[in-house]
Amino acid sequence: MTAPRASLPTPAHDSRSWGEIGLEKRHSNERRIGILLIAASAVSILTTVGIVAVLVFESIGFFAEVSVWEFLTGTRWTPLFESKSFGVLPLLMGSLLVASGAALVALPIGLASAIYLSEYAQDGVRRVLKPVLEVLAGIPTVVYGYFALLYVTPLLRTVWPNADIFNAASACIVMGIMIVPLVSSLSEDAMSAVPRSLREGAYALGATRFEVATRTVVPAALSGIIASFLLAISRAIGETMIVTIAAGATPQMTLNPLRSVQTMTAYIAQTSMGELPHGTVEYRTIFAVGLTLFCVTLLVNMVSGVVLRRYREVYE
Amino acid sequence: MSEAIRNPAGPVELEARELSVLYGETRALKYVSLKIPDRQVVSFIGPSGCGKSTLLRCFNRMNDLIPGVKIEGEALFQGRNLYGTGVDAVDVRRRIGMVFQKPNPFPKSIYDNVVFGPKINGYKGDFSELVERSLRQAALWEEVKDRLEANALSLSGGQQQRLCIARALAVEPEVLLMDEPASALDPIATQKIEDLIYDLKQDYTVVIVTHSMQQAARVSDHTAFLYMGEVVEYGPTNELFTNPREERTEAYITGRFG
Amino acid sequence: MTEPVKDAVAVPAAPTPRTNGRPATQFVRPTFAGLQRPSNGSINADESNSAPHPAAQRDPSRFAPRVAQRRFIASAFAALCLVATLIGVVVLAALLIDIFRDGASRLSWSMITGFPSRFADRAGIGPALAGSAWVLALTALFAFPLGVGTAIWLEEYAPNNRWRRLIEMNIANLAGVPSIVYGILGLALFVRVMSLGRSLMAAALTLALLILPVIIIASQEAIKAVPRTIRLGAYALGATRWETIKHQILPVALPGIMTGTILALSRAIGEAAPVILVGALGFVAFIPTNPSDQYTVLPFQIFNWVSRPQTAFHEVAAAASIVLLALLLSMSAIAIWLRNKYTRRS
Repeated sequence: MTAPRASLPTPAHDSRSWGEIGLEKRHSNERRIGILLIAASAVSILTTVGIVAVLVFESIGFFAEVSVWEFLTGTRWTPLFESKSFGVLPLLMGSLLVASGAALVALPIGLASAIYLSEYAQDGVRRVLKPVLEVLAGIPTVVYGYFALLYVTPLLRTVWPNADIFNAASACIVMGIMIVPLVSSLSEDAMSAVPRSLREGAYALGATRFEVATRTVVPAALSGIIASFLLAISRAIGETMIVTIAAGATPQMTLNPLRSVQTMTAYIAQTSMGELPHGTVEYRTIFAVGLTLFCVTLLVNMVSGVVLRRYREVYE
Repeated sequence: MSEAIRNPAGPVELEARELSVLYGETRALKYVSLKIPDRQVVSFIGPSGCGKSTLLRCFNRMNDLIPGVKIEGEALFQGRNLYGTGVDAVDVRRRIGMVFQKPNPFPKSIYDNVVFGPKINGYKGDFSELVERSLRQAALWEEVKDRLEANALSLSGGQQQRLCIARALAVEPEVLLMDEPASALDPIATQKIEDLIYDLKQDYTVVIVTHSMQQAARVSDHTAFLYMGEVVEYGPTNELFTNPREERTEAYITGRFG
Repeated sequence: MTEPVKDAVAVPAAPTPRTNGRPATQFVRPTFAGLQRPSNGSINADESNSAPHPAAQRDPSRFAPRVAQRRFIASAFAALCLVATLIGVVVLAALLIDIFRDGASRLSWSMITGFPSRFADRAGIGPALAGSAWVLALTALFAFPLGVGTAIWLEEYAPNNRWRRLIEMNIANLAGVPSIVYGILGLALFVRVMSLGRSLMAAALTLALLILPVIIIASQEAIKAVPRTIRLGAYALGATRWETIKHQILPVALPGIMTGTILALSRAIGEAAPVILVGALGFVAFIPTNPSDQYTVLPFQIFNWVSRPQTAFHEVAAAASIVLLALLLSMSAIAIWLRNKYTRRS
């Protein structure tokens, strides 16, 4: 940044005609800018530090009153009742139930879309379908929540009349559709990165397009595909509005998607809307649940990163 | 169109009749006619863009995979038009194998690379016997027999290319098309491939595209010189290189262009 | 590209297994001046030369290619993939139709400019729309310089060391943190510690942090795409690093940066979860006039109305959703227009 200067001889022409901004000034300006930019990039580090600090700090207060063991193993979550229980498992299970349901919808559809877009679709078709998927990814989650509660749920209840008004299934379906674009675009990127020569090699052995796609392209792109699956699942676990609107507020350990459940995210959203006095244990449940949510999604994201780095095929 | 096309002796394995390939409006191959005899090695030479690869890819219908390609005329395999009704490209490609310019093994084990083709084509015999036979035919067995489960990408470039040859042989084709199979390899690996081509000719018809005239001279019985999408001259390699009939051929083999 | 799918008896079978046929022809390698084989295969002294070459054993009966059947599977699979892709399209259509059917009748100028009300037929989204506009402007104000600055530092200044890798990894991880966790951060940091209360400012700062990683990553991509020659050209004229960035790199990268920023902002405008935490209100009967005012935003207002039991409020929610979707779609359209306008040139 600071090159040695002043060692050059003065140029023969009139240096004043080159204006008043001397090298000294330009270089000090340069240093100021450098410091500003470093400060800007420190913000992202501070954000992480802030998130962890806030979650841990308030959680410490929480765990002073509730044992970690009770929190992690308890099967009842009733922090706002007379008889308080602080077992996070029902919320965790709610999150996992909805996320797995969403994955069940999104992974096959997303992968099939990716295969279609990467291996079958002609350019014109792709030019129409890809923006449609982008629009799907850009719809606000609150609108998806509306759709889940007021369109999908009534539809489900015509098939299963005993389904709860708020139920996990409608959230699963709609959230699944929401993350389809994530799966399909990342998987398609991974499949497009598979060299053309591999496809030709398979075709030259008498493979059909199906065999090329499923036996050559998908295995070669597998690390990217699995990473996209994991990212989508992490997104589903962290999604808030769809579950808050459509899945209900009943923390219970159930695997029945037609029942009302409560996810970690929905708990945080629903609880924070009431006026909880600052500093109470009820207020701190938000942070303890938030910390759990943060850890779970971070874990899934990191596994996804590891899969991507460790198992990527390097060609040539 | 060239008048210099001769009928080589022996049964004809592959034949082009007035064969043209169009990419959109451009005619990349112009009314080519030539015959390729059974169990001999034929080279296609010519400057880049002359259509030699395009012609090669007509014989296993790889051109079908490129959008907007149109093929006119006939490409015959054992007297039957490869582009005729009732002929399936998938079946064609099993009977007529291909090796590409850059080694393109699948990112799987050596073993899986060889059995890929036989598996999809419903091979009913013993796979490990087939793997050994194919790798022996490709002169690779001794080098890899102890690590068949190793990833194919861990092999050297020359080994990868011989693996691709083994992979192509494993589906028991009758013809082997080779698109500049040694252009990405060092001289030693190149020589191994050339030796292999010489050996393969006992059982296979081999068509090889090459940009190296030396290579064409070394490995092939017949050579076709293509220029601007046309076959300028086609004949026994010996004659074409020592006594070309066409001026353009002579100009090319003496290095005045290309 | 499309291979004709036919009942394939295909190529005629080879007349006989061909190995047992003729003996291999005698072959004399042609030799010409200058074209001799370099050596006589001594390099290749393994099995292929020392041992007789293993002959091909061709027996067509060992293969059962069943091409017709495989063709059928291939077509069925292609159809399946197409159907899967169309599911997305169909659901999108269903969603839009549903929202429009429910909300179109409630859409009116008085609804767009009006104030919320206890009576659904009088409820409007004026304050929510104003709140969203405020949040949009303030979020852009914070996130844009921070995001672009970070990207410039990472791409142009940062030495390629551990610190830089740490920051990049950190940004990638931040991009995967659920939005509601940012809400928790905003609640504790901006609302409580910085005592901003339930203000527009707290919401904008929270959303700025939320979209910061997106802006950084998009800006990095845009800066990376600037050809190296431009840099070298500027340096060669005696420009300092910042002068090079300011006059040469940023102008070229700006369309890409803007596209990424607009898309990130449209995400911020659509988010409801974090603003629940930082105290958006369900009933705001005034238009906010400065950043410390209390507020609501469009997605939160929609959430509030959806959560009520009365169908009439659901209709207002649908109408408000139409407005929100129109807002977001026009932002995306601007972004796509920018992208197309400037990528065509290069």
